[in-house]
Amino acid sequence: MIPISWSLALSAVLFVIGVIGVLVRRNALVIFMSIELMLNAANLAFVAFSRDMQSLDGQVFVFFVMTVAAAEVAVGLAIIVNMFRLRETVFVDEINLLKG
Amino acid sequence: MIAPALFAVFAAIAVVSALSVILQRNPVTSALFLVVTFCSLAGIYLVLHAEFIGMVQVIVYAGAIMVLFLFVIMYLNLGRDIETGLQIALRRGVGWLMGFALLAAGVALFRHPWAAGPPAPPGPPVGNTQAIGLLLYSRYLFPFEVTSMLLLVAMVGVVVIARGRRAPGPAADLPPGAATGAEPRGDA
Repeated sequence: MIPISWSLALSAVLFVIGVIGVLVRRNALVIFMSIELMLNAANLAFVAFSRDMQSLDGQVFVFFVMTVAAAEVAVGLAIIVNMFRLRETVFVDEINLLKG
Repeated sequence: MIAPALFAVFAAIAVVSALSVILQRNPVTSALFLVVTFCSLAGIYLVLHAEFIGMVQVIVYAGAIMVLFLFVIMYLNLGRDIETGLQIALRRGVGWLMGFALLAAGVALFRHPWAAGPPAPPGPPVGNTQAIGLLLYSRYLFPFEVTSMLLLVAMVGVVVIARGRRAPGPAADLPPGAATGAEPRGDA
């Protein structure tokens, strides 16, 4: 039996790596991948608690999170492709269409 | 016991490849390392006896989502990734600092002793996938149906977004070469 603190520690580390990726990188695609990393860290925490409490509700929530992630990736990548068509770049600090 | 050893190996692979995702300059390399992260997370789910989630992780994340990522990266032809300059170096330093501050906050929270919850009831006697299916179609039936609505909306939204702002009518009258990119870009 794996102690739950191991899973939670791994989840926390993965989430922090995702946060750092979002803060550090400029490429919109890599930022998107970091967001996926954070979602996966949350999923790992769900599964760990589901195992610890002998309840399957956590795994059902992981299922829903995955669905939302799939929809989010589809819409986000479509936006990035559209933005690339418009501005010829995917660097987030060169995309400032809303700056008035 | 073999389970803690497996967990440690998968966790090490996951952390190293996740770090590689944000440290690699080439977005294709980042995407491939993200696939490695997802697969090792699937292994961790198997160790944690969440077999259905582990399989769905491989099929949906490593299969579908990452293929979409790689397709877009290669469609946009993003070989180079120039990240130099003082301002960007400064921002990178601040980003790492904020990340470690967040990690320190998490460590401080984990060191705090938490009270144990009530003893858990014994798990269902059926298999993992069957149990999740039973739960999904009984207690979580309404969220499940809302999920299908969400996917439908996302699908329609992607089609609308990817079509662009060009009106569909007049484009058909142009000769085949004219509509491929010679027109002026909408630089606002």
